[in-house]
Amino acid sequence: MAAVAQGTQVATAAGDGPQRRRERTRDGFTPWRWLILILAAIYFLLPLYAALKFAGWGSFGSVVHQSGFGDSLWLSVRLAIITTLITLVLMLPTAVYVHLRLPRLRRLMEGITILPIVIPPVVLIVGLLQIMPGSLKGTPYTLGLIYVVLAMPFAYRSFDAGLRAFDLKTLTEASNSLGAGWPATLWRIVLPNLTTAMLSATVLTVALVLGEYTIASLDLFQTFPVWIVVFDQTSGPESVAASLLALFVTWIFLLAITMAGSRQARRSGRGEVNLFSVSRRDPGRSS
Amino acid sequence: MSVNTAKDAGTAEAGRPNGTGARVSLQNLNRHFGATRALDGLTLEIEPGELVALLGPSGCGKTTALRILAGFEIADSGSVTVDGRDVSGVPAAKRDMGMVFQSYSLFPNMSALDNVAFGLRMRKKGTAERRARAGELLEMVGLADQVQQYPHQLSGGQQQRVALARALAIEPSVLLLDEPLSALDAKVRLQLREQIRALQQRLHTTTLFVTHDQEEALSMADRVGVMRSGKLEQLATPAELYARPATAFVAEFVGTMNRIPGEADGDGRIRVLGSTLPITGDRPDGPLDALIRPEELRIAAAPGGNGIVTIATFLGSITRVHALLSGDVTVQVDVPSTESAALSPGTSVRVTVAEAEVLVTGRQ
Repeated sequence: MAAVAQGTQVATAAGDGPQRRRERTRDGFTPWRWLILILAAIYFLLPLYAALKFAGWGSFGSVVHQSGFGDSLWLSVRLAIITTLITLVLMLPTAVYVHLRLPRLRRLMEGITILPIVIPPVVLIVGLLQIMPGSLKGTPYTLGLIYVVLAMPFAYRSFDAGLRAFDLKTLTEASNSLGAGWPATLWRIVLPNLTTAMLSATVLTVALVLGEYTIASLDLFQTFPVWIVVFDQTSGPESVAASLLALFVTWIFLLAITMAGSRQARRSGRGEVNLFSVSRRDPGRSS
Repeated sequence: MSVNTAKDAGTAEAGRPNGTGARVSLQNLNRHFGATRALDGLTLEIEPGELVALLGPSGCGKTTALRILAGFEIADSGSVTVDGRDVSGVPAAKRDMGMVFQSYSLFPNMSALDNVAFGLRMRKKGTAERRARAGELLEMVGLADQVQQYPHQLSGGQQQRVALARALAIEPSVLLLDEPLSALDAKVRLQLREQIRALQQRLHTTTLFVTHDQEEALSMADRVGVMRSGKLEQLATPAELYARPATAFVAEFVGTMNRIPGEADGDGRIRVLGSTLPITGDRPDGPLDALIRPEELRIAAAPGGNGIVTIATFLGSITRVHALLSGDVTVQVDVPSTESAALSPGTSVRVTVAEAEVLVTGRQ
């Protein structure tokens, strides 16, 4: 197509420049706000400080040498990985499919995915153990599969929020019309625009698995939280140090995703993607 | 339904540099959405290199027709052929059609250059070739300086130009434009309209353009198809559509049209504004209105005439005069501005009609 090279130059329209960003006006911090902030900070930080004081710095060094620490932590990490993988593989295509083909079922999906939060864990575990195939009983995979159910509300909401942040239908159609089949469209168009949602689903799932106690304990597995409780009966300060450690690890995860998320949002010009909500910035209207 | 498929032979053939355009044929397409009949036996032929606009009110089926051609919808019955090949069962990804959407459809995770190069990447072209070609196309749409920008850094008009470049990059057999200008403001819209037409003619790409804006359709298209309730009312060149609308719907949808009550005689003629004119097209039963364009009416200041000027709007070379006739009928008449001085509001005037065939419609 030699004609292309010659080009049809048309001058850029005068008012056709980059979009103007909306300035958000924010009220200054009033004394009331400070007061509430300080009260909230005390409420959350004081117990942490007390725990830290009780444990003492030395406990952090000795806790890692306690029997069961390594095994239980490794079990929890494995469970976190298994759960996250299964959750991503199951929930991501489901959320995409619902958005593209069954948008009317979105409400229903929201309802279904909230069920694991509404149903008490004890009910879940008793019911699930009844129907679990014998070959899985007694293996950590039992727990992994149950955690997938527990993680569903968080994961689905993350994907749902991520998918709402861009025009999935038009983008997939554009991709199709340019010759990309479904695998290429998912890999090159959908996934890159969902990295933040995937990260937040991952972090929420990992945090859930690392902190879950009831089901693991009922199913007689010594995951990290179960170990902390058991260990607490023999050595108080070290068990508190262990739970603080778990808390910090989760925090670091959350920090990482927030930073990664805002970097992606800056690059693709979208609103910030938080764990559950998405603030959508309108694409540049002609001005 | 009266469909005029006669076409000014030669318009599409003239100045055709390389003959890359494909011949598109939609045959007897039907499509239902629940109880709604979106397409009702639509048949449309697009010549190689031709730009056909589908024009109609929302819900008339024009977008459905385009989406069926693109492969995003499947017709209940009927066939779609491109250069004689039936593509009905071919998925959208393999149809080789470039499409520009109404909503901004650039991939937000890619720069302008990568957006344009995407289709070439899917066709396994090498990196250097992709970048060179994408750069060329962006230059062609006047965005050579914006190649590294991400979509959110571009204005709406710029985004649609990138989308156009992206659709053209794959050298599509057919270019599909789904109301690409409707999200833009008037000034940008006008520029982009001219640019799209210039590019389309240069590249000789067969193009189907869907719009509800008659001005857009008339100014850009080789032929315009006016659609209503899933059917093609008329397919004709813009000039013919305006001068010889096949139906009352087309007449009123395209351009400005006066409805003037008349009295039909038994011989297929109608008496209106003191003249007796032959009726063309369908003739419904009951009382009739004649459909007459503003430029087909004559108006002159005359004491004791049949009307009074209510508004005179200066539009540059012409002035559009609104005159209130007896029977509470207001007509619009176009007069050269040089002759409009005497037609100020309140002036008594005589409105007459030029001798010609007229379309009629049932009185409302």
